[in-house]
Formats: sequence, structure tokens, C-alpha cells
Amino acid sequence: MILEYVIAALLVIAGFFGLVGSFGLLKLPDQMTRLHAPTKATTLGVGGVLIASMLYFFGVEDALSFHELMITLFLFLAAPITAFFIARVQLRNHVAERDLPKPERAGTRWAGHLGQDRSSD
Amino acid sequence: MLSKLFPHPLLTLVLTAVWVMLVNVLTLNAVVFGLILGTIVPLVTAAYWPDRPKLRNPLGIIGYILIVLWDICVANVQVALIILFKRNADLQSAFITVPLELRRPEAITLLAGTITMTPGTVSADLAEDGNSLLVHCLHAPDPAGTVHDIKSRYERRLKEIFE
Amino acid sequence: MILTYALVFAAVCFGLGLLMNLWFLVRADSTGDKILALDTMVVNIIALIVIYGMAFGTGVFFEAAMLFAMMGFISTVAYCRYILRGNIIE
Repeated sequence: MILEYVIAALLVIAGFFGLVGSFGLLKLPDQMTRLHAPTKATTLGVGGVLIASMLYFFGVEDALSFHELMITLFLFLAAPITAFFIARVQLRNHVAERDLPKPERAGTRWAGHLGQDRSSD
Repeated sequence: MLSKLFPHPLLTLVLTAVWVMLVNVLTLNAVVFGLILGTIVPLVTAAYWPDRPKLRNPLGIIGYILIVLWDICVANVQVALIILFKRNADLQSAFITVPLELRRPEAITLLAGTITMTPGTVSADLAEDGNSLLVHCLHAPDPAGTVHDIKSRYERRLKEIFE
Repeated sequence: MILTYALVFAAVCFGLGLLMNLWFLVRADSTGDKILALDTMVVNIIALIVIYGMAFGTGVFFEAAMLFAMMGFISTVAYCRYILRGNIIE
């Protein structure tokens, strides 16, 4: 009985964060800030749903299932990588190099803006 | 001989565990086939991955994962509040440069991933010499403080684990 | 009983999120934004599949969810790489 309440609470929290993540995509003003909404809010959203599903199948249906764990693990590994790639695309297409802060060591440049120059030379 | 047959012992164990979880039943059948896969895959891919990442303090990883999971929950609430209640005009987003002390590629990858998953920051680019990381902050009234947070909270722990 | 309400609530939330993503996908004018919208859609669809599996009490949809996660990841990376480099496999 308590388990049911826990699962229900997890589902409601997850649904809320999933909705906020998608809403942030529409609301936030520019290309770089938009990246923040889905990478965070949706990860906890889906994570909550998957944990709820694991508890549900363990407690209600009485079958231990590892698939949710695998999906969660995979999403948590994949989310930073996709975010990094999309950030690279946005940087390259919408942010000029002079608007970025300089790297720590003088004379070096950000890797994402290197290839751009070579193609235009 | 043994190190030739198992170039990455840890990878063998991880692959076996992943296979058993994918099959979703804990039987001898699944474990044996997982071990076979765990032997073949590292052998085939060893050429692409010549040096083994060495961990100085493997137990530190557990503490690190717990801290990051907690920070992910906090980050979600913070970002949700910013999205719902802050007007776009009040948003102070900024790029910051994080100087890196970590030298190993695995450690830098982990740090970049952690930064992406935690409070209002996304790692966007790496300097060509690998000495600094470009990070975008959703709302950073105090950029120097954010850099200090990242360095003291995550990089120090990763340094203890890897180097 | 409460579980049914929670399931319906979560399904409505993720469904609405999916619609918002679709609207953003149509409205976005840069390629990076479109990739971002597609990536978010994949994540929302995974959540919907898992909720569907819970509502019907079967575990057969998890394979579908897992395949969706992998395909979403690979297609996003391939799309970004195509824009960054002009080809996918060098």
C-alpha cells in the first residue's frame, strides 16, 4: 500500500519535470540556454518513471526486472554526450569566437572553432 | 598469457553483468554466454584501446556517484524554478572558462559529463591543448564562484580517484 | 486506484511535452534547435512507452524502449557529426 503511494509520487514528480523540460525548450530565449532545459529536466523525468516502473514490477507484479536499470544507465551515459554534440553545433553556427572567453593558456583556441577557419582560408 | 586473453578484465566483468541484465534472468546459461561475449569483445576491440585506465582509488567512485546523483536532483529543482519563475530578461547566462588540472582523457570526459548533468551548467567545448573547458551557465550572477565550485566539488575528487 | 490516477497524470504530462516539442520542431529556425527538439522527443517517447508498459502490466515494451534510447542517441550524434564535419564515417 505504501509502495503504491511511493510509485504514484515518483510518477507525478517525473511527469512534472518532464513537462517543465519540454516547456523550457519553448520558453528559454537563445540557442545556448535552450540546451539546459532538456538535458536536465528530462533526465530526472525519465529517471523517475523508470524507477517507478522498477518498483511497480518488483512490488505489484512480483518480478525483478533489470531492463529499467539498463535504460536509466544508458540515458545517463548518453545525455552528456548528446548535449556536448548539440552544444558544439550551436557554438559553431551561432556564437562568434570573439564572444567567448579566452582559454586558460595564452595563444590556444577552442577546438570547436578550429576547423571553421581552415575551411574558410 | 592471461593478460593477452583478457586485455581488460574489468570490461569483461562489466560486459557479463550487462548481458545478464539484458537477458533479465540469472541462469548459468546467461552467465556463460555473457562470459563468452566478455572475452571476445575486449579481444576484438583491444587494438583500438591500447592503454588501460588505472584507478588510484576505485572506492572513491562510489562516493563521487552519490554526490553527483544528489547534485542532479538539486540541479533539476533549480533549473525548473528558473524556467518557471524567472523572466527571460532577468536571466544572466554566461560562458566561463574552467582551467583544468586533470590530464587524463578519461578524467576530463567524466568531469565534462558531470558538469553537463549538474546545476545550470553545460560543458560546451575543450581548448585545443586540453588545458581548459568552456562551460555555459544558465544563470550565473557570480561566474568566478561557479568556477570555484566546479573545481573544489568535482575536479578535486576526480583527481583523487584518477591521479 | 491512486496508481491509475498517477499513471494518467504522468502520461498526460509527457504527452503534452511531446506536443510542445513538436511545436518547437516546426517553429525552430536553426538546425541545432531542430536536433535538440528531436532528441527531447525521443526521451519523452521512452517515458511514454514505459508508462504504457506499466499501465498494461507487461514487460514486453522494455526492449522497444531500450532500442528507442539507442537509436535516438546514435541518430542525434550522427546528425550533429554530419553538420560539424560534413560526413559521418571518415
